[in-house]
Amino acid sequence: MITSSVAELSRALNARRLSSVELTGALLDRIDAANRRLNAFLTVDREGALAQARTADARIAAGTSSALTGIPLAHKDVIMTEGLRTTCGSRMLENFVAPYSAYVAERLAHAGMVLVGKTNMDEFAMGSSNENSYFGPVRNPWNTTCVAGGSSGGSAAAVAARLVPAATGTDTGGSIRQPAALSGISGLKPTYGVCSRYGLVAFASSLDTPGALGQTAEDCALLLNAMAGHDVRDSTSLDRPKEDYTRLLSANAGAKPLAGVRIGLPREYFGAGTESDIANAIEAAIAGFRSLGATTVELSLPNVEYSLPVYYVISPAEASSNLARFDGVRYGHRAAKYDDLMDMYKKTRAEGFGAEVKRRILVGTYVLSHGYYDAYYLKAQQVRRLIADDFQRAYRSCDVIVGPTSPTTAFCLGDNTDDPVKMYLNDIFTIASNLTGTPAISIPCGFDGKGLPIGLQIQGNAFAEAQVLNVAHRYQQMTDWHRRIPAEFAP
Amino acid sequence: MKWEVVIGLETHTQLSTASKIFSGASTAFAAAPNSQASAVDIALPGVLPVLNKGAVERAIRFGLAVDGTINKRSVFARKNYFYPDLPKGYQISQYEIPVVRGGSIAIVSPTRGAIKVALTRAHLEEDAGKSLHEDFRGMTGIDLNRAGTPLLEIVSEPDLRSSEEAVVYAKTLHALVRWIGICDGNMQEGSFRCDANVSVRPGGEAKLGTRCEIKNLNSFRFMHQAIEFEVRRQIELIEDGGKMVQETRLYDPDRNETRSMRSKEDAQDYRYFPDPDLPPLVIDGAWIERIRAEMPELPEPMAHRFVADYSVPMPDAVQLTWSRETARYFESAMQAPVGAHLNGKTAANWILGEISARLNRDGIEIEQAPVRPNEFAQLLARVQDNTISGSIAKEVLDAMWAGENGGDADAVIAAKGLQQISDAGAIERIVDDVLAANPAIVAEYQAGKERAFNSLVGKAMATTKGKANPAQVSAILKRKLAG
Repeated sequence: MITSSVAELSRALNARRLSSVELTGALLDRIDAANRRLNAFLTVDREGALAQARTADARIAAGTSSALTGIPLAHKDVIMTEGLRTTCGSRMLENFVAPYSAYVAERLAHAGMVLVGKTNMDEFAMGSSNENSYFGPVRNPWNTTCVAGGSSGGSAAAVAARLVPAATGTDTGGSIRQPAALSGISGLKPTYGVCSRYGLVAFASSLDTPGALGQTAEDCALLLNAMAGHDVRDSTSLDRPKEDYTRLLSANAGAKPLAGVRIGLPREYFGAGTESDIANAIEAAIAGFRSLGATTVELSLPNVEYSLPVYYVISPAEASSNLARFDGVRYGHRAAKYDDLMDMYKKTRAEGFGAEVKRRILVGTYVLSHGYYDAYYLKAQQVRRLIADDFQRAYRSCDVIVGPTSPTTAFCLGDNTDDPVKMYLNDIFTIASNLTGTPAISIPCGFDGKGLPIGLQIQGNAFAEAQVLNVAHRYQQMTDWHRRIPAEFAP
Repeated sequence: MKWEVVIGLETHTQLSTASKIFSGASTAFAAAPNSQASAVDIALPGVLPVLNKGAVERAIRFGLAVDGTINKRSVFARKNYFYPDLPKGYQISQYEIPVVRGGSIAIVSPTRGAIKVALTRAHLEEDAGKSLHEDFRGMTGIDLNRAGTPLLEIVSEPDLRSSEEAVVYAKTLHALVRWIGICDGNMQEGSFRCDANVSVRPGGEAKLGTRCEIKNLNSFRFMHQAIEFEVRRQIELIEDGGKMVQETRLYDPDRNETRSMRSKEDAQDYRYFPDPDLPPLVIDGAWIERIRAEMPELPEPMAHRFVADYSVPMPDAVQLTWSRETARYFESAMQAPVGAHLNGKTAANWILGEISARLNRDGIEIEQAPVRPNEFAQLLARVQDNTISGSIAKEVLDAMWAGENGGDADAVIAAKGLQQISDAGAIERIVDDVLAANPAIVAEYQAGKERAFNSLVGKAMATTKGKANPAQVSAILKRKLAG
């Protein structure tokens, strides 16, 4: 029971077949047992979690609960939680305790979710393997010699190993979807602006998107219902009418629930470079969508191949500026010994940041420099617009776009660490959604020959979350990939 | 060689909003260090800026006042540099597209008369905190109360030609931002700070010389002194065969000199880029029109109106419109129901002379003057209808100022018996007495000594304690001496 989905647990809790205290306690025990293997959690708050669980049980008893009340949750450690350490996977914030909570953390707490702890991540959310964490890599529950993906690797591994039913993540270039794919779970990146960024340690402000990781698309929808909303503290947060993201999921649509849904298949997503097991699994999934009544449309996104270089100009540029506040003056790490101000800055930042963060700060500083701005940053913004135009054209002939989430399944720890570009290529299919600010989900669609999970990505136009979730949900109703539990962590 | 001085000013005006430009923290001055620094102001991880509409509104008001172009869409940019009192490691400012472009400020130059100084732009930005280098056991203290205070940086074209002209421009701008209520103008508290770009060139040369930017001009006197010093330094340097380098210099008022801070080569690369946390600032026409409808009459047109409506000489009209309160005092007096058409020139003289002197003496502002405009108008009416003379009026004003007789001019005059003696018979008797008592002076006058006449007038006035109508005394005395 305790390894069930959010939706199932919600029914059990509300039917009083299970209490939140029982559920939370059991999962805390699972975390204690598994975390040394996985390194998915950086902070576990047993006392706080059990106190919240008791409150949740009281709410359920009083009949004032929501669908999420009493469900245990983990936050990626980039999300500020008042009174509970937020490290961002960095030595810089090793002992940082925020005096306030992020909007999404507030919202999920308000819904009654029980925060059990904070999950490991690539430092400042920069990475695709979780090997860039100051606190060590996260291991993949399906094969602990492999990475769990990144940067939300801790959240993905925790959900995959059934340590929590759901977790938050952030997605700047695929940081929810890629680890979800590599860990065999579902991960949703909503439309930019649907969830407030208030309280997320900023990496690349124009791309950062908080989202949800869970076993199923339905669970992601349930979390998004609570996380979405206008927040006046974030000027890029959108003021839109409230939406029920599960609204299409419950309708009884008969044998052909996707009848009328047009699935776009961009030829750029089906070329060389993708492992054959993945290509085959995606083809099989597409056949599955057809059997559910969907039609498919072949199309082209001619500029999407520039997504990666555009991303690796814009995101480091914004990061180089966003990370300037970590200067040792007011909070966070400060070098123990220094001669003067400049020396303090240099030593503090040399010690506080890891190699990948420094690499991106350098790249970002370079592309914004006088004389280079037009050639790099401005050009990248122009190409970003062209990519968005490609997608707008595509969505005139289709409702969602489908393809692989990642060109490879989980790789071994250390395999890609010497070649940053090879590492960056992991995000080749996910980055475009961030550049265009549009929603996308990764769901499990099979396993490769090594028994590692394969992710299927479903992208949609801005605010098409409900449809994206519906397509994913209908697929999950017909398949059981999302129900598989890694053998080592089976209860 | 005749040298021409070329000056442009960059002025940081602190906008008078209650809260900061991107956070809800208070902007009040002199609070305990760091007591007015919110999570946004100290740049905690994860916090985001939210633009204060009040700051935008004030920028729009300024744009309307100088007849500039208010950009319908302007962009906030990050200016990146490291300094301990800059919490985010960047300052949010406006770079390529400022909120206001162009416009001009009319000034009365001491050398060139009425001219218009063109403005390049005015842009919104946030202030940094303060570094306190003294008395921290060898360390530097950081106070972030000021961090995030809204500023409007107003940049002039290099249209000014002398230190005096620069000061007049700065004073006019200072008066204007207070007039339209966007800045309290308190220079001690740093609400109005200027940097001057100064260069010299041979007279008649069209090309601009290499300039230096002088920072830290926090009073008009320092601005004058600093520019004077800098102009001399530049001319001497060039005349000695030296070459000017573009640099930033700091004015040291203790030594009255400017010192090099950094040269252009050391200038930082600020890596400006549009702030992704803030959407472009969009100002629609309706917003501008709403603010336009609430704009007060501006000093320059008001001065012209004072000339036309009340026959005030232009220099006096300019002085009266230096502050909205003074102008309002003047106009209220002119419109007071005292049953007389007051002479505007006289009223202006009194306000800029007698009233102003008493305000300075008491260290108060005109809106706190104990004599209100209608009471002041009553006093002037009594001068105009010859109830009292001008010099007696000063005595009456003092009594009114002190609150005697309820501050009422007529009551003071009556109580003190200060009504002017205008009865011809009475004056004739006084004159006869003076002539009889001063035969020596009369003799001097008749011997051709003109000054003796004034002496006799003085004697007659003294006898009446100044109450005799001086014009009548003169006329009667002249007639008697001729007779």
